[in-house]
Amino acid sequence: MTDYDVIVVGGGPAGSMAAHAAASQGAKTIILEKDRDIGYPVRCGEAVSDAGLKQFMEPEPEWIAATINKIRMRSPNNTIIDLQSNATGYVLHRRIFDYALANRASQVGAEVQTRAYVDGLIVEDDMVRGVKYQYMGENRSLTAKVVIAADGVESRVGRMAGMRTSIKIHDMESAYQATVGNIDIDQEMIDFYVGENWAPGGYLWVFPKGNRMANIGLGVVGSKSKDYNSHDMIHNFLRDHYPEATVLTSVCGGVPVAQTLKKITGNGIMLTGDAARMVNPVSGGGIISGMHSGKIAGEVAIEAMGKGDLSFNGLAQYPKRWRKAGGKTHEALHRISESIKNITDAELNSLAQKIEKIPESDRSLLKIFTALAYQKPKILLDVTRAYTGL
Amino acid sequence: MILVKDNRCDFCGTCVAVCPVDAIELREADISIIHETCIDCDVCIWVCPIDVLSSDKEVEAIND
Repeated sequence: MTDYDVIVVGGGPAGSMAAHAAASQGAKTIILEKDRDIGYPVRCGEAVSDAGLKQFMEPEPEWIAATINKIRMRSPNNTIIDLQSNATGYVLHRRIFDYALANRASQVGAEVQTRAYVDGLIVEDDMVRGVKYQYMGENRSLTAKVVIAADGVESRVGRMAGMRTSIKIHDMESAYQATVGNIDIDQEMIDFYVGENWAPGGYLWVFPKGNRMANIGLGVVGSKSKDYNSHDMIHNFLRDHYPEATVLTSVCGGVPVAQTLKKITGNGIMLTGDAARMVNPVSGGGIISGMHSGKIAGEVAIEAMGKGDLSFNGLAQYPKRWRKAGGKTHEALHRISESIKNITDAELNSLAQKIEKIPESDRSLLKIFTALAYQKPKILLDVTRAYTGL
Repeated sequence: MILVKDNRCDFCGTCVAVCPVDAIELREADISIIHETCIDCDVCIWVCPIDVLSSDKEVEAIND
């Protein structure tokens, strides 16, 4: 007998989706969250697509800070390209959203333990059989049939199981974000600043947060971040562009923009979301991939328990289904992110000037790619290859 | 040796993720470097978004 069927480490969207999927099928499930609070601090730009969310649930109005239907891109010399988006997006209140997801899991019987810092795994016969953790200064342990690691960017649980989750610095974005008040921006538009000038090896974002607020952040690629301080860059940007804005919250964080780990399962363990490096390497978005992989991991845990095999082989459906659900797209996006890495600021400016000449209503992806083709034929080839797999 | 500037860390975990030898312990509001494990590769210093980490190498060099 084990204490639980499923232990989920981490109470973010991936962990709560995994716990919901498992507990709703009758599995005795617990989420261990290291912080005192689910959903806080919010280390996230909080943007998500409506289509992405609706795969799992209908978005609740209280989760939504702003509804997005326009995208603005700015080149290094601040040439503005407005794109009409035919897809709706949201800027969430992650604090409320994460709470809602954990609450949703608890409604089907999942337990939640906050302030639980997992510092080791129980491993017997090469099989993960539980976790060791600290709670309020006390050492505790719990056994389970399977452990789902949803422990975010740090991904230490995977390491404890002997998996190589440590991330290369050129695959890490070093990010900083201020949530500001008293700002006059279009609350239906997300605004991206692209190029070395704004954020070397990353981008800078201005996402509306409702009530004249915004999330303003940037990521610098780890290999270049030695010479840059994301905090100072954001404060300089605010001073130059939005001097009236006042900072209400600020957080820093790392965004793993790597390829997904080759191995996301082990004996008695599955890695999900950011911990498995499933963040969209072009956008840096990780909410949907976290939710999706978490849900699949929870479902596979149930099936594997039914068959009584929670070994690497018994969990084989997890990587298989993830590949279909998001893994293949992730691979394509990673190839694109690699190929666009080397575009210079001068090239981006010149490209933006070409796109600027296309009337806004006529800015189809095809036309933009045609402009890109003149500019950088190799990138077009890479993008095509990424999508067709050729 | 990697040093942590007092009271400046945001506990975001970026350094933990890049550490190749898992030498950083991070709790809700507590960070510590396991110096016996640390190999002084300095990648944590590079990625820290708010430059909280530093190395005492330079200091040593001056002392030498």
